[in-house]
Amino acid sequence: MEGDSGDGEACPQLELRLGPPGGGGGGGVGGREDLWALKNAACSSKNRHDNPPLVLSFGYFPTPNQYSPGYPSTISPSQHQRVPNSFKESQRSEMQLTDPKGETFSETTAPPTSSQKRTAPAPVVGWPPIRSFRKNISNTSTNQAKQPHPHTALESQNKRNLENEKPLTVKSSAKEKSLFVKINMDGVPIGRKVDLRTFDSYEKLSSAVDQLFRGLLAAQKDSSAGGIQSKEVEEKPITGLLDGREEYTLVYEDYEGDRMLVGDLPWQMFISTVKRLRVLKSSEVSDLTSKLPYKTVLIPCKTIL
Amino acid sequence: MSEEDGDHHSSEATSTNSLSGSHPPDQVLETVLESVLQFLTCRRDRNAASLVCRSWHRAEAFTRSELFIGNCYSVSPARAFARFSKVRSIYIKGRPRFADFNLMPHNWGAHFRPWVSAMARAYPWLEKVYLKRISLTNDDLALLADSFHQFKELELVFCEGFGTRGLSKVAYNCRQLRVLDLSDTEVTDDNVDWISCFPEDETCLESLVFDCMENDINFDALERLVARSPLLKKLRLNRYASMRQLYQLLLRAPQLTHLGTGSFGLIENIQNLDDNQECNYYYSAFAACTSLVCLSGFKDVMPVYLPSIHPVCANLTSLNFSYTNINPQQFRSVIVHCHKLQTLWILDSVCDEGLQAASETCKDLRELRVFPVDADEDIEGPVSEVGLQAISEGCRKLQSILYFCQRMTNEAVIAMSRNCPDLLVFRLCIMGRRQPDSVTGKPMDEGFGAIVKNCQKLTRLAVSGLLTDKAFWYIGQYGKLVRTLSVAFAGDSDMGLRYVLEGCPRLQKLEIRDSPFGDAALHAGAHRYYNMRFLWMSSCRVSRQGCEEIARSMPRLVVELVRYDGEEGSFMEGDSNSFTVLYAYRSLEPPRNDAPESVTIL
Repeated sequence: MEGDSGDGEACPQLELRLGPPGGGGGGGVGGREDLWALKNAACSSKNRHDNPPLVLSFGYFPTPNQYSPGYPSTISPSQHQRVPNSFKESQRSEMQLTDPKGETFSETTAPPTSSQKRTAPAPVVGWPPIRSFRKNISNTSTNQAKQPHPHTALESQNKRNLENEKPLTVKSSAKEKSLFVKINMDGVPIGRKVDLRTFDSYEKLSSAVDQLFRGLLAAQKDSSAGGIQSKEVEEKPITGLLDGREEYTLVYEDYEGDRMLVGDLPWQMFISTVKRLRVLKSSEVSDLTSKLPYKTVLIPCKTIL
Repeated sequence: MSEEDGDHHSSEATSTNSLSGSHPPDQVLETVLESVLQFLTCRRDRNAASLVCRSWHRAEAFTRSELFIGNCYSVSPARAFARFSKVRSIYIKGRPRFADFNLMPHNWGAHFRPWVSAMARAYPWLEKVYLKRISLTNDDLALLADSFHQFKELELVFCEGFGTRGLSKVAYNCRQLRVLDLSDTEVTDDNVDWISCFPEDETCLESLVFDCMENDINFDALERLVARSPLLKKLRLNRYASMRQLYQLLLRAPQLTHLGTGSFGLIENIQNLDDNQECNYYYSAFAACTSLVCLSGFKDVMPVYLPSIHPVCANLTSLNFSYTNINPQQFRSVIVHCHKLQTLWILDSVCDEGLQAASETCKDLRELRVFPVDADEDIEGPVSEVGLQAISEGCRKLQSILYFCQRMTNEAVIAMSRNCPDLLVFRLCIMGRRQPDSVTGKPMDEGFGAIVKNCQKLTRLAVSGLLTDKAFWYIGQYGKLVRTLSVAFAGDSDMGLRYVLEGCPRLQKLEIRDSPFGDAALHAGAHRYYNMRFLWMSSCRVSRQGCEEIARSMPRLVVELVRYDGEEGSFMEGDSNSFTVLYAYRSLEPPRNDAPESVTIL
């Protein structure tokens, strides 16, 4: 793992990767271009410093219709004066730039193709130019089961399944994906979300809840305004969530809105019915028959004012 | 003509007017001048006025209340504030646009700190701050909130570096706040309930936009805030807002003109209503919003609820469905009602059919943006030249278009150039790199050539597809008003860039990536760079030596070389002669000292 011991040429960790001939310009250097590229996979950055990326020298293979400008520009002065002939020759449409002012561009065309199905070039950094928050748009086709979106996995499916009595289709596809549910704690204004798939037991869930809210609870008890966390207020661990003996108890709501104590069901059954979690003061947990989970209900518009 | 306020040439504006020179300035005349100039609002007019003579320069500087800094490194806060002493609103742009696509390190620069510190001293009466592509911290926001007691408007676009703690300071301290708009801005979750920090009495809030925020907010506090903000006109919720929450807010604020609907799909099990009944409630809530003209959001839409927006469609001038993955039929059912629409942002999931539907109804359309659901290069896309042609035929008043597609033809682009002669902005992104006309196999030269030829008001152009130097000849020849040009994977040789730099008299912003333009072209444009805001060239053919020559011969041009591996997200080590990005901009200051390791300033 130490990298090359003295030999500067063939670092044993160099990884040779193949790609389609002339496969597109890698916009970023390093990375996963499917080009002829040498990548120091296991070499540390120290080694990289010693071995300048050999990737540079591959940038100028004149491939038909392609060049690889994605590499750092290191043309030596003598080379950059003239445009390499390979660019002029290898264009799909040739141009004679004899008189820039006149229309003497001659063109040849490639045979018309209705679909551009040559081998796709390797992905390039920042192309197509879409910002990250525009990616990963959720699918909302009504014809198929929705992708389990972290925050809607159960919330938006439950109605359809309740009303139409279709099987909970989200279940099967959700097995591999995350299962986020909201969790609120008494006395803390902001709720959080937990991915129940990351736990496999109630104990782990309980300790995660402790981690999540311990700091927030301490901040709430801090008397200064604006929610600024103060280190002077001691952060007490939140324990005993499952047995009802300590100050707080963990309860959950299922898709019917009923509140129940956490811990009675086998874990797998629990995560298939839980819709929401709450951490309540144990003193308020005595009566857990179903009550309306929401303070307001939909009312027809005309009854207001 | 420079559009910078810290005008490079203004210091050389010699006065031949007899007012200055050996006579003392005529105070009366200056006072008159000031009272006239204060009505001048357009900054370009003001720049022109400031060049007339020293007296005008002084008077203009004294009366300018809106300061626009197009590049935060082109002038220092000290210099700008020394000239303009009565500024009430400031507009600062930072990073270059291509940095949004992961081509620059996150710590590249464009910090708010030096500006806000200087502003705190210079403009205690400051009312408005608008930042674009700037990095700011919670402390910066705290300083802002503490320093400006009449602060009214904060707009952050494509910014980052701060969190809800900073927001809470602004909400709490800026008692006259009217506008708090966060667009496409990253806000970290500091576990602070900033919504609860607004004053308890009636607020002056007119606009509250946080649709980009990725964290939950305290909905109850928001509802109370909306209830005590009678002037609220713009409200854009983030994607965690459920249907029920939206409904409640609509009942509270039927006076809204701009609404971001949040998820428009997250539901909570309330009563056992079927979809139709529920829709009726939402429908009547929307029906009460008779002033609504701009609708956005729909970030996790349940299409079954879409009919509930029908009551407002007839009044809509702006509709943003760019996060809304709906099919053509669903889209059609909405768009057929939107006769007054001027701005439409959609996803290509609506297909050419959806574009056809829009073209039939939206005769007043001015701006169209079509984003891809799948930003992939080698798939069969749902929109094509057919959609573009349809839009060009139906929407003759089109001024601005951004169109992502997988296939395009010259014919459709030429048709658009003829049908929509009022185009100001034409940005076509054929996602497959160097892709020719999908029917003829020819380069896309003729299409873009027709655009610059026929659309004579064009100021902004982004090209794509297979392009030879001929396309650039067209642009240089006909692009008389083009100010911004974006090029990617195009051109054959240095001549391409030369045509543009030797033509295009109004060119201000030139951003090029992965194109075969080298040092010869770079030098050929040297006479332009002092008159441009910036030049960006990444992964092109320029060498370090070529850049050094330019830097040497142009002392007021800051030439930055960036070595950044966007793929790895890290600083590229290795050969110090190599670089990925050349970013050059004129500046009145010596080169900045806040650049990270990956940036070399020549």
